[in-house]
Amino acid sequence: MIFEDYEKPTWLRMNLRAVVGRAYPRIIGANREPSWVFFETFLPILAVSAYVYFYTAMNAPDQFIGYVIIGGAMTAYWMNVLWSMAAQWFWEKEMGNLELFLIAPISRMAILGGMALGGMFTSTVRALSTMIAGILLFGVAFSLHDPLMFIGIFVFTMLALYGMGMMFASLYMLWGREAWHMSNLLTEPIYLASGFYFPIKGFVHILGQPGFWVAAGASIIPITLGLDAMRQVLYPAEVDGFLPLWVELLALVLLTGIFLILAKLSLEHMEKVAKREGRLTMRWQ
Amino acid sequence: MAIKQNLRTMKWAAWLGWQMESNWADPFLFIVYSVAKPIAGSLILVVMYTIIAQLGGDTDPALFSFMYIGNAFFMYVMLLLWHVTWVIHDDREHFQTMRYIYIAPFNYFIYILGRTISNIVITTFGVIITLVFGVFVLGVDIPLGAINWPLFVIVMVIGLIGIMAFGLALAGISFITAKHSMGMNEGIGGIFYLFCGVIFPVSVLPGWGIAFAKILPTTYWLDMIRRTMGVGAGVDPALAGVSMTSSLLILCISTVAISIFAVLIFKLGDYIARSKGLIDMTTAY
Repeated sequence: MIFEDYEKPTWLRMNLRAVVGRAYPRIIGANREPSWVFFETFLPILAVSAYVYFYTAMNAPDQFIGYVIIGGAMTAYWMNVLWSMAAQWFWEKEMGNLELFLIAPISRMAILGGMALGGMFTSTVRALSTMIAGILLFGVAFSLHDPLMFIGIFVFTMLALYGMGMMFASLYMLWGREAWHMSNLLTEPIYLASGFYFPIKGFVHILGQPGFWVAAGASIIPITLGLDAMRQVLYPAEVDGFLPLWVELLALVLLTGIFLILAKLSLEHMEKVAKREGRLTMRWQ
Repeated sequence: MAIKQNLRTMKWAAWLGWQMESNWADPFLFIVYSVAKPIAGSLILVVMYTIIAQLGGDTDPALFSFMYIGNAFFMYVMLLLWHVTWVIHDDREHFQTMRYIYIAPFNYFIYILGRTISNIVITTFGVIITLVFGVFVLGVDIPLGAINWPLFVIVMVIGLIGIMAFGLALAGISFITAKHSMGMNEGIGGIFYLFCGVIFPVSVLPGWGIAFAKILPTTYWLDMIRRTMGVGAGVDPALAGVSMTSSLLILCISTVAISIFAVLIFKLGDYIARSKGLIDMTTAY
């Protein structure tokens, strides 16, 4: 085919292709290396089980075991955002792929969206296996009275979370070798602040008014409100929610919009800065 | 001559590890990372404990000390397992320097050991910070004068050798697995976290779990750490009948056995990777 005959695809089609193209190696790659199923399904349950037994040792109310299982399941997505999206942007630079992405006539967000979609595949398998293990091994019982609300919360939590991941990715474009430290720094402290293993309202019970502000500050991370809202939907009678459910859903919708806009602006800005400072293709720094 | 060369390899590998951990990051970020990560990890448990205590759960200050000490020293297990295997993944996939290091005229096994030494130093820093935080902020009583220092040092050294041996076995497996090092480290660490009486007494586990815990050297290592420090000891009925001498003997024998096993696994992984041409594979999709 000669060049003149080539019909340029529309902007939307090109970017959708980019999303599929970047998601493809992750999903296909995962299928070519089936050993990940063991590492990503069975093994993560063990650490979550330790928290379950910690509550059991203290004769905690039954719903706390459910809270741990939900939190443990959601760690899969947080880890995916940190390591397979934000930090991955840094590794793409190190491996020489970033320059190829940047000269392609597509949105950076499409590539990151593809990473998110591909990464969500393994994360969802891991999250589901944790939930199933919680039900089968620990007899966790959820009551899903409002499935639509649950789906809404989950979808907007994911959109906001991966929007934040895209924003982080722009920072990793500039960061050098300390990217590893940054991702590590955002693991345990975020597990603590976002209440992965306890209800976020616990901060209010322990610290009083300052605790409210700690929880409110942590709510900038979408998974904080997402987790609290999911616990409220799955344990409507028992859970002591941080904010009313509809407020949390509304906040998640707002965070989705804010993070996606910030991600776009931030990616453009950081790309300009990186180009100006000559750091876009600089490796090993 | 060979000993001198191996010591030199170990020394420069340790130096490289230290540079990668500390000097490659902004000093402020490195300090924040070194302090915030271990403290946040402990605070997750502290918040969980406090919430249940407020709800009138079965909490006890001795259980709190048991949990706090166990969690602080467990950092060695988690971080050493993580780092030993991560060296393979990082060198091979991210920096793509493994092919050059591997053919360099030194013992690769000794190189891995050297890289681990810098992590022991950094982890020790984290453990000390966590213990100081526990004493001054959370009121954990650690009577420095009552600690059996000679035995404590012996137990620490034997325990660290055992943990490094586990790490080396995992490093051997990492030679032949794709990008699953993170899940593997996390998961194997989870086995120890769940079964070794880290944050809750082993007696809380079901019968088969108690039996399994009793064959893991880390169970005895943590128990002896608590006993030599005189903090959180005697909380676990499952280990109450085991004398100090028996624990030390089990720890020594199991460490020797695991070390032999680890070297064999490492060599086997190395052999398979070389035979199949996997030494410099990249799977960081």
